[in-house]
Amino acid sequence: MSRHQAVRNLDYEEVLDEYDGYEEEEDDDELSPEDKALMTQGTADVQAALSVEASKVTTKQIEEALWHYYYDIDKTVTYLVSKFISPPEKTPKASKAEKTTQTTNAQISPKPRESFAAFFRDMPWGNIPKHRETIFIPPQRPLVGGLLGGSGSPPKMSKLQKLAAARKKKAEEKSAQEAMEQTRTKMTELSVDDTQRAKENSPLAGAFGKRLKTSPSTAEGRNPLTPAEPIRAEVSQQPLEEISNEQATAPEPELVPSPEKAQPSSFAQTLFGYPSDAPKRKRMELYPLPYAYFAPSVLDAFSKPSPDDVVLAAQAKAGKKTVVPQTKKKGSSADAVASEVKGLKIEDAPLPRSKNLDVLSEFEKSESKKAASFVVVGHVDAGKSTMMGRLLLDLGVIDQRTVEKLRQEAEKIGKTSFALAWVLDQRVEERARGVTIDIATNRFETETTAFTILDAPGHRDFIPNMIAGASQADFAILVIDAGTGAFESGLKGQTKEHSLLIRSMGVSRIIVAINKLDTVDWSQERFDEIRHQVAGFLSATGFQAKNTTFVPVSGLNGDNLVRKSSDPAVSWYTGATLLEELENSEPNKRALAKPFRTTISEVFRSQQSPLSISGRIDAGSVQMGDAILVQPSGEKAYIKSILVDETPSDWAVAGQNVVINLSNIDPMHVRVGDIICDPAKPIPCVESFTLKALAFDFLMPMQVDVHRGRLHAAGKIESISALLDKVTGSVTKKKPKIVKPGMVARIVVKLGSKVPLEAGQRVVLRSGGETVAAGLLE
Amino acid sequence: MRFVSKKQSLTAIDPAAGLALLPTEPEDMWHANNLIAISDIVKAHAVRKVAMTGSTGSVTTERVHTDLTIRVTSTFFDPAASSLHVSGVVIKENAWVNIGQHHTLDLELQRPFTIWKNDGWDTVALQTLTEAVNDDKPEALVAVVMQEGIANICLITDFQTLIKQRVESSIPKKRSTAKETSGGMTAFYEKTLSTMLRAVDFSSPRPLLLASPGFIAQDFRAYMQSQGVLRADKRLQRIAKDAVVVHSSTGYVHSLNEVLKSPEVQATMRDKKFTSESKLIDQLYERLRKDDGRAWYGRDPVEKAVMEGAVGRGGGVLLINNAFFRSLDVATRKRYVALVDKVKEDGGEAKVLSSDHESGERLDALGGIAAILTYPLYDLDEDEEDHDQQEGSAHGEDIEGVEVI
Repeated sequence: MSRHQAVRNLDYEEVLDEYDGYEEEEDDDELSPEDKALMTQGTADVQAALSVEASKVTTKQIEEALWHYYYDIDKTVTYLVSKFISPPEKTPKASKAEKTTQTTNAQISPKPRESFAAFFRDMPWGNIPKHRETIFIPPQRPLVGGLLGGSGSPPKMSKLQKLAAARKKKAEEKSAQEAMEQTRTKMTELSVDDTQRAKENSPLAGAFGKRLKTSPSTAEGRNPLTPAEPIRAEVSQQPLEEISNEQATAPEPELVPSPEKAQPSSFAQTLFGYPSDAPKRKRMELYPLPYAYFAPSVLDAFSKPSPDDVVLAAQAKAGKKTVVPQTKKKGSSADAVASEVKGLKIEDAPLPRSKNLDVLSEFEKSESKKAASFVVVGHVDAGKSTMMGRLLLDLGVIDQRTVEKLRQEAEKIGKTSFALAWVLDQRVEERARGVTIDIATNRFETETTAFTILDAPGHRDFIPNMIAGASQADFAILVIDAGTGAFESGLKGQTKEHSLLIRSMGVSRIIVAINKLDTVDWSQERFDEIRHQVAGFLSATGFQAKNTTFVPVSGLNGDNLVRKSSDPAVSWYTGATLLEELENSEPNKRALAKPFRTTISEVFRSQQSPLSISGRIDAGSVQMGDAILVQPSGEKAYIKSILVDETPSDWAVAGQNVVINLSNIDPMHVRVGDIICDPAKPIPCVESFTLKALAFDFLMPMQVDVHRGRLHAAGKIESISALLDKVTGSVTKKKPKIVKPGMVARIVVKLGSKVPLEAGQRVVLRSGGETVAAGLLE
Repeated sequence: MRFVSKKQSLTAIDPAAGLALLPTEPEDMWHANNLIAISDIVKAHAVRKVAMTGSTGSVTTERVHTDLTIRVTSTFFDPAASSLHVSGVVIKENAWVNIGQHHTLDLELQRPFTIWKNDGWDTVALQTLTEAVNDDKPEALVAVVMQEGIANICLITDFQTLIKQRVESSIPKKRSTAKETSGGMTAFYEKTLSTMLRAVDFSSPRPLLLASPGFIAQDFRAYMQSQGVLRADKRLQRIAKDAVVVHSSTGYVHSLNEVLKSPEVQATMRDKKFTSESKLIDQLYERLRKDDGRAWYGRDPVEKAVMEGAVGRGGGVLLINNAFFRSLDVATRKRYVALVDKVKEDGGEAKVLSSDHESGERLDALGGIAAILTYPLYDLDEDEEDHDQQEGSAHGEDIEGVEVI
C-alpha cells in the first residue's frame, strides 16, 4: 500500500479517539465509570486477599497500586505486601540467603551469623525444646597446681609450638565452617524445596523406611501438600520478586491458613524437635517419630559426661595423665558451632613433669622385698618350660583351671605333655612345634623375694634370644635331662654352650636341676654320675663350687620343686628344694650410682602409651618425667610413666624389670636391642671396639655376630692385637695369626653399623651358629 | 661380553692394535671394571659438552657425540646400577677435544670399547678376559637370608653377590599376646615377599634359596605358597614350590657362607663358581684352625711361602682377591701377578676370588690374600719371636681361673 493510500484510508475518528484517551490518562483525577467499577472491585479483592493485613494499607494505596498494575489483583497484592506490609529491609536478605544456598561453595558472607539467623528464622529448629538442648559440660581440668606439683599455668610454648597451634586452630575453624555450609545446604534441600522433596521421597523411604515402618501415619506425614493449599513453597523456582513476597508472608500463619512451608524431613525433626507453630505441631502429633520411642534414659545418657570422658578423667587422676580437652561435637545451631570453634584451643600434651626425687634414697627407704631374676637354661627338650610351668602352678601363680584348659588344647594337637610348658610358651609357632623360641618372662613372689623367671629357649638357633635372657639374670637354673642318652647329647650341645654363655654374661651362681630323674626311677647313681660330670665341667667354665648346687627334680610332676618329693625312691636326697635354693641365692650388686642404661628387650603398644618398652635396668636409676636418649638413633624421649613389676612407680633402679612408657618420640626410632640412657651421659655409638676376649673356638680375622643382651649386630674381627696372660693380663704375644680355644686375646672388632657399646660391657661373639668368644669391652 | 671382531680370539691378542669388546649384559660392566687397570688406554664413545666461539665472538655450548681415547686414572663401579665410569686424560686429539683434557667415560651396554693394556695382557688379565667372554653363564641365584624381623634379599651371580634389598620390620615380642606376634610375622612375610618380587625378576625361572635360623624360612615358604593360591598366581606357586629351604644361623648377609656350604645347595649348584670358592675358604680356615703350618694369610707370609715354592703341585692353592689387581699402582700389581705366575709355574692353583662375593669378603678379613701350602712352613710371621711350641702348650692349658672374663 502506498503512503498516499494510507493517508486516504486513515480513520480520523479513531485517531482522535485515541488521542482523547491519552488525554484522559494524563488526567489522574478523572476516572471513567468502567475504571471506577474495576477499581472498587479490585480494591475489595485486594483487601480480601490481604485479609487482616489489609488494615496496614490504606485504600488509597491499594487503588494506586491497582491503577499501576492495571487492576491485576495478584501483582497488586504482591506489591503491597512487599512495599507496606512486610518490613522492607527483609527483601534483600531473603534473596541473599537464597543465593547463598544455591551456590554451595560460596564464601561465607562477612556477617554470616546474622544472615543465618534470618534464614533459619522460620525453621522449626530455631526453638528447640528446653529439655532437649545439649548441656555442655566443661572438660575435666587437671588438678590445680599442675600434675606433678608445678604451677597451674599452661606450659610454656615455644614459638614453633605457638605457630603450630595457631595453624591447627585455623584449620579447625575452616573445616568447621565448611561443615556448617554443607549442613545448611543439605537442610535447605531437605526441607524447603517441595518438588525436590517429592523427588527424594523414595530415597528417603529407603533411608528412614525401616524406622518409620512402625508408625502408621508415615504416608500422610510425607505426602506432598494438598492441592487446596496454595503452593507457596516452590520458592526457588519463582522469580525473585515473588520469593520475597512468599517469604515475607510466611511467618503469618493466620494470614495464610494452611502450612505453606515444606515439611521438615524426619531427619530434621529427629535432630531438632517439633516445630513451634500450631498447625505443624498438630500435624506432627499424627505420627510419632523414632526418636520418641527412645527410653528417657537414652535422652539422659547425653546429659552426663560420656563413659570415655569418665574413663579419661579417672586415668588422669590415677595415672597422673593430663586430659587433652576433647573437641566438642558440633552443636545444632551455627552460632554455637562458631563460638565453640572460637573457644577451641588445641593444647599440646604437656611434658610429664619430674618429681625430682632422690631415687637412691627413695630406694633405700622403700622396704621392698629383694628382687631377683633368674634365667632357665639347658639343652633343647630338657624340660625347662615345663618345669617353670609346674613351678608357677605349684606356687599358685596360675590356677589348675588354666592348666586344664591348656591341657585340652594340647590334646587337640596330640601333645598333652606340653600343657605345662604352654604356660610360658604362648606363641603360635612355639606351641605348634613344642619348642620355646623366645624368652618368656613371668613373676612369682615368695615370702622374702620377688622373682622374675626368664625362660630361655634351648634350641641352638635361638641362642641369641637366650643371650638376651641371660643378660637380664642374676643367677641361673641349668636344667639337665637325666634320661639315658639325653644327658650325654646335652652336654655336647647346649648344656655346655649355655653354661659358657651365662658365665660370660656375668652370672656366677648356678643351680643345676637334674630333671626327669623319675624316668630313671630316681636312681642315685645316675644323679651322682651326672653331678660329677657337670660339676667338673662347670668348674672348668669358671663357676665356683660353692656357687653350684644340684637338685634332683621332676619338672612334670613337681617333685623337689616347691615341695619335697614324697616318692620313697628319692628319700636319699636330703637337700633343699629348688625354690629353697632360689631363695638362698643372693642377687648381684646393682650399679645404682652409674649413669642410667637399659637395653630394650621389648617394644610394644600398651593402653597407657603408644610406645612402651620393657627391659631390665642395667645401671643407674630413672624417674618419671626424666628425659632419656635412645641409642643408636640418638632420639630424645620423655618417661611418661614407669611400671615396676607391673605396678606403677615413680622411679626405678638398676636390677628392676620395668616397663617404661615413653612420650615425644616416633616409634620408628626405638627398636629391640637399642639402649636408652641418660642424655647427659649418653652411651657412645661405636663402629669398632677392642675386646678382651676369651676364645671358645679358634679366632682369626673372620666374620662374627656380636651379641650384647638383645643387641645383635653383624661385624668382623679386624685384627688380633695381642695374646694376653689369663691371670695377669699382660701381653704374651703380639699380633698372633690365630687365637686358640681357651686363650685370652685382645681383638679389634669392626661392626657393620653403629652400635651403642661402652667399656665394661660384656659381649659375646658368635660365628656360624657357634659361640666363639666372649669378653669385656675395653 | 664378546669380541667386536669375529676374527679375534683369546690366544692371539695384538697388544698394539688393542682389543675391542662389546658389553652385552650388566655383569659385563663388572668384568670391564676388572679388566681396566689404571694407566691402561681406553677408547669409547663419549658425550662431551663443547664450548664453541662463533665468528662474532659469541660462545655456544653443544653436546657432541664423539669417540675419545683416554689414559685411565681411576675407575668407579656402582654394583647396584652395574655402571662403570672410567676417568682419565685424553691422549688423542680430535675436532672437539685437545690432548691433556680430562674426561670421564661412561661405558654403556651395546656400545663397544677398545682397550690397550699398558703392560700387556698378563695372566690375571687374560683369566679375567676368559671369564668375561665366556658365553656359558648360569642363571643368577636368588637367596633370601632371614631371621625374625630381618630379611636380606640377595642375587648371587658367578662373580657378585648383590644385596638387592634389606627388609626390616619390628615384631612385637612375647609380652604382647600371641595373636599380635603372629600378626607381626605375617606382616613381615608380606613385606619380604612383595619386596622380593619387586627387587628380583622372576619372569624366567631361577633358583630361590630361603635361609634362616629356626622355622622362619619354612614358614615364609608356606606363606608364599598360600599367597600363591590366594592370589591364584601360578608363577608365585611355582616359585614357592621350587624354593630350597636351608638353615643358617642368622639373618645377616654373612650367613650366606653357611647357606652356600649346605648340602642342599651343593647338590643343586655344584657347578657354580662361588660354591667352589666358598669351599676353598672353608678349607683354608680348617687348616688355620689346625695350625699345622700349611695355611697362611697376609701378604708377607704368603709371598714368602710362594717364593719358597711351597704353593705348588699337590694341593697348593693361592687365594687372592681381585680387588688387589684393580686399583693398585702398576708395581704392586706386577708383584701380585708375579705371585700368581709363580704358583702356576709350580703347578699350584691360583684362585682370584671376587671381592663382591661372600667368600671374597671372608678372604678380605684375612687381608685379601691367603695360601694353602703343599708342605708345612713355620715362622713366616715377620715379627714372630715366639715359637709355635709355646702356643701348643698354651692350648693344652685348662681354662679355669679366668679372671679377665
